[in-house]
Amino acid sequence: MAQSLSASDVSVSFEGLRALSNVTLDVPRGKVTGLIGPNGAGKTTLVNVLTGFQKPTGGTVSLDGESIVGVPPYKVRQKGIARTFQSGRLFADLSVLDNLEVTGVGLGLSRHEAAKKADRMLEWIGIPHLAERAAGGLPYTDERRVAIGRALMLEPKYLLLDEPAAGMSAEEANDLAQLIRRIIAEVRCGLLLIEHNIGLVLTICDHIHVLDSGEVIEVGPPALIKASERVRHAYMGTQAETEGAVL
Amino acid sequence: MTALLQVLFDALSLGSLYALGALGIALIFGVMRLVNFAHGDYIAFCVFAMLWPSIDAAAIVFAGNLPTVILVPFILAVGAGLSVLSEIVVFRRFRNANPATMMIASFALGFVIKYFLLMLYSSRPKSIDLWSSLTRQIEIAGARIPPLQAITIGVTIVILVTLTVFLKRTRFGLEMRAAAENFTMARMLGVRANRVIMLAFAVSGMLAAAVGLILVTQTGTVDINMGANLMLVAFVATVIGGLGSLPGAVLAGYLIGAATVIMQVVLPPDARPFRDAFVYGAVIVMLIWRPNGLFASKAAKQRV
Repeated sequence: MAQSLSASDVSVSFEGLRALSNVTLDVPRGKVTGLIGPNGAGKTTLVNVLTGFQKPTGGTVSLDGESIVGVPPYKVRQKGIARTFQSGRLFADLSVLDNLEVTGVGLGLSRHEAAKKADRMLEWIGIPHLAERAAGGLPYTDERRVAIGRALMLEPKYLLLDEPAAGMSAEEANDLAQLIRRIIAEVRCGLLLIEHNIGLVLTICDHIHVLDSGEVIEVGPPALIKASERVRHAYMGTQAETEGAVL
Repeated sequence: MTALLQVLFDALSLGSLYALGALGIALIFGVMRLVNFAHGDYIAFCVFAMLWPSIDAAAIVFAGNLPTVILVPFILAVGAGLSVLSEIVVFRRFRNANPATMMIASFALGFVIKYFLLMLYSSRPKSIDLWSSLTRQIEIAGARIPPLQAITIGVTIVILVTLTVFLKRTRFGLEMRAAAENFTMARMLGVRANRVIMLAFAVSGMLAAAVGLILVTQTGTVDINMGANLMLVAFVATVIGGLGSLPGAVLAGYLIGAATVIMQVVLPPDARPFRDAFVYGAVIVMLIWRPNGLFASKAAKQRV
């Protein structure tokens, strides 16, 4: 049986408006899969479908061969899919440590066990010094790291990161790339990276899907995506505009 | 100095009552975004639980005759039981409804409780002698203080400390704080929704019972409307404190208590009947100054 999180021919319509059209995507374990596309392409809608937040109007979503269409988000989480959000959605009034501990107690651990696990996780993602800080007052970069730590507390089989590098400097994005590499090497989960930072995506993804207007317009390794004229046009607009752009 | 001490004791005692009421409302608002207007009727119900059902003018005391060590847990259990029952029977069905619908449901529940009590006990206030020795004034440094005032302040401090430890140090407390801030996210992370909500209702019901015990000891009267005024003040306190903020609700409860007592002292005698107008006028000014309350949660700020 294939060890992957898969969407097959997934379509989503909102009152007649098509947000996704027959999208097929595969997130294998131990690999980084990229999902890119211009604003409004349907990337977050697809993530919402994969995590049970949005029921598809057509197609199937399967986790290691088992259909998860119609399964509510908290049960999808129990099955091993964790995600982060574009807005961190941390518990702003709780400390960073408490944010991670909640996930631990949600897994059924005692408060003491959850605290120990949260401590280890903060150490692992490199922010033990933030443990007692209120999550609501964190700089953007740290907030993203805490959100990833909280998702990793769930020991996911698949981790979906929704624009984790948004607003980061090049140096911060580089640190994030290192963290993602560590996640793949040590946690061995499948990772879906939804990003606008094309440089980051091309650097660390094994395979990339490009969405435009709700359709997959290109799939392949970074080299193929980088060379694709179709992607340039869809993602950047006219040829003239792509001159000197990140691609 | 003596007058100042008197004002301080009065303010702390009244503020404690308001703080306990506000805390009961804020807890439920935190986990369900519900302003439970039936909270005042929980207070009356808990007090009436000390009497046998009878429409006679004289109260027939039942549980009120129990020894204190049994009476207090009994009334707390009544409060918790009623509150949890109302969650299961009424509010659970409205979890996904908008806050206005839930609020109307809470009004309806309040009326049901009130008329249930009216049916069993009639609308006439009844006298009850509960720990009356606590209301006899004693002199401390020149100030005339009923021991009940000191006990109210002490009990409130104990309740607040216990609740703080519960929320900060226990697993259920952590789950409750997370659920209070973002229920959907907490649930997604594995926090058991029903358990957290029922626990919040149980604690809120116990707080209503504690307020009821203090009120009935202070006044010696049982009345089906006895929780209404306190409910109003407590609701205002939760708004001033910042909806969803537990420390804010407590602080605002004490502030309103202090403002009420201070107005009573500083206003000219002719203006004293209008004391509440001055207090609520101050509330309006405060809300103009800080529309989100004293302690708008960081989560609330994020949502704006």
